[in-house]
Amino acid sequence: MCGIVGLFLKDPALHPTLGAHISRMLIGMSERGPDSAGIALYHRPIAAPGSKLTLAHADPNFRWRELAGALGADLDEEVDVDVRADHAVFTLAGGHAQARAWLASHHPEVRVMSYGQVIEIYKDTGAPAVVSRKYEVAAAEGSHALGHTRMATESAVTEAGSHPFTADADMCLVHNGSLSNYNRLREWLRRRGQAFESDNDTEVAARYFAYRLGEGASLKEALAAGLTDLDGFYTFAMGTRDGFAVLRDGIACKPAVLAETDAWVAMASEYRSLAGLPGVERAVVWEPEPTVVYSWSLGRGAGAGAEA
Amino acid sequence: MSVVDLGDGAVRALNQALHRLPRETNDRHWRILNPRGQHAIAAGLTVPIEVEVEGHAGYYCAGMNREATVTIHGHCGWGVAENIMSGVVRVKGDASQAAAASGRGGLVVVEGNASARCGISMKGVDIVVGGSVGHMSAFMAQRGRLVVCGDCGDDLGDSIYEAMLFVRGKVGRLGADCIEKDMTAAQREALAALLESAEIPADAGAFRRYGSARRLYHFHVDHADAY
Repeated sequence: MCGIVGLFLKDPALHPTLGAHISRMLIGMSERGPDSAGIALYHRPIAAPGSKLTLAHADPNFRWRELAGALGADLDEEVDVDVRADHAVFTLAGGHAQARAWLASHHPEVRVMSYGQVIEIYKDTGAPAVVSRKYEVAAAEGSHALGHTRMATESAVTEAGSHPFTADADMCLVHNGSLSNYNRLREWLRRRGQAFESDNDTEVAARYFAYRLGEGASLKEALAAGLTDLDGFYTFAMGTRDGFAVLRDGIACKPAVLAETDAWVAMASEYRSLAGLPGVERAVVWEPEPTVVYSWSLGRGAGAGAEA
Repeated sequence: MSVVDLGDGAVRALNQALHRLPRETNDRHWRILNPRGQHAIAAGLTVPIEVEVEGHAGYYCAGMNREATVTIHGHCGWGVAENIMSGVVRVKGDASQAAAASGRGGLVVVEGNASARCGISMKGVDIVVGGSVGHMSAFMAQRGRLVVCGDCGDDLGDSIYEAMLFVRGKVGRLGADCIEKDMTAAQREALAALLESAEIPADAGAFRRYGSARRLYHFHVDHADAY
C-alpha cells in the first residue's frame, strides 16, 4: 500500500509550522504504511558556495564529531555538525561533491541520505509516529516537505529501502505503487553514469528523473517523460530546491488528493492527512487526473501556481 | 436529532449505534460532525433513517446502504455507497474512484464529479452524476442506469452487460462492446423522472444513450427464449 504526503508553503508566515504540519500528515498515513517512514525537509538553506549533507550510520553511538573533524582536516575546511539520533547534518563551507567522495573512500559505511543546500532527509524503519519523534520533525521550520509511510512490496524493510529517495542535489521522490520495468531501466541508467545504492524500484525512478533533470528538462518535462519510460503503478510526489510536483499513472489505481489555498499546496494519499491543515475547510480539494503533471514553483514573484 | 462528533475518531462507536437502531426507531435524523476523511462512516445501515455527514468523508462511506438516506456535505473517498442495496446516497461535492461499485439498488447522486470506475460492476443501482466521470466507468455494468451530465473518460462501459448509460457531454473512447444506442420515448421519459428524483436540473432531451452491443458476453439475445 504505502502513504505519501507533501506540503508546499506559499506563505512564508507559515514556515515556522512546516514540521508540525508535515509530521501530523505523515502520522495520518500510518495505516497505509506501518513498517518504515521517511521525511524530506527543505529548510535552513545554506548560502553558496556552502552545502550540507544528511548522513546516517547503523551505530546509534557513532562519533559524528570525530568524523567531521577528520573530514574537515582533509578538506581543509570547517564542518558544522547537527546530530539527530542516528543521522547527522554536516554543513560545509564548500561544495558537497568532495565531501561525498571523501566519505565514500574513508567511511563507506556512512550512508548519504541527501545533499545540496536546502534538503535534509531522515528515514528509518518503524511506525511513522516513532520516526517523526526520533528526528524531531515536528519542530522543524522550512518551505516544503515530503513524507512517506511504507508497506514494503518490492524490496526489504530496511532504511535503505525507505523513501524519500534522492538522486541529485536538493531533489527527492516519494512513491506509492510499484514499477515493473525497473531492472532494465536501471541498466539503461547505469550505462549513462548513474550509480545505485539499493535494489529498490523507486530508487530507479528517482535516478531516472534526476537523469532527465540533468539533461536540462524542467520538473514538469522530467515527470512527463516518465509517463513513457516508466511501466507500473505510481503516484509520485517530487521535491526540488524550489519546486513540488505530483504525477499519477494512466490507470490511477493508487490514490491521491490535492488541496490548495492561497497559503499552501498539499498532497496526500488520502484526505485524512489533510484534515488538520490550517484553513482546509476553505481549500480547493480535488483528485489529480491520471497522467497530468501538477507542479508548483517558489520564487516567481508572488507566484506559486499549478501548471497542469 | 442526534449529533455525533467524529473529531476523536469514534467511527466504530457511531456505526454500532446506527446498526442497533430498530426499524421503528424515533431517532431518525443524525448529523455527523468532523468526518475528517475517516473511512466507513455510516456503512451498513439497514433502517430508513436520515444521516448527514458535515464535511469530507474517506473510503466506503455509506457502503452497503439499505433504506437509509445519507447525504455527504463534502467530497468522498473511494467506494462511496459501494454495494448499495436501496435508499439514497447523495454526495454534494466530488466522489473519488469506484462510486456506487457493485450497487444492487437504490439511488446514488454525485452533484460534483465522480472519478474513475464510477459504477463499476453495477447490478441495479441508479447513479446520477451532475459533473463528469473518469475512465473505466460502468466497467462490466450488469443492470441499472448511469447518468452523466458532464463528460466521460475513456473506456466507458467496457464489457458491459445490460446496464443503461446516459451521457450529456463528450464521451472518450468507448470500452469493448459498448456502443451508442437509440433511445425510445419511454426510456427518455424514465430518464427525465430519474433526473427529477435525483434533483439534478438537466433536460433529458440532451442525453445520448450507450449500452451493450451484446457481442461479447455469452448470451445471445436471439436465444433469449431458451433461458
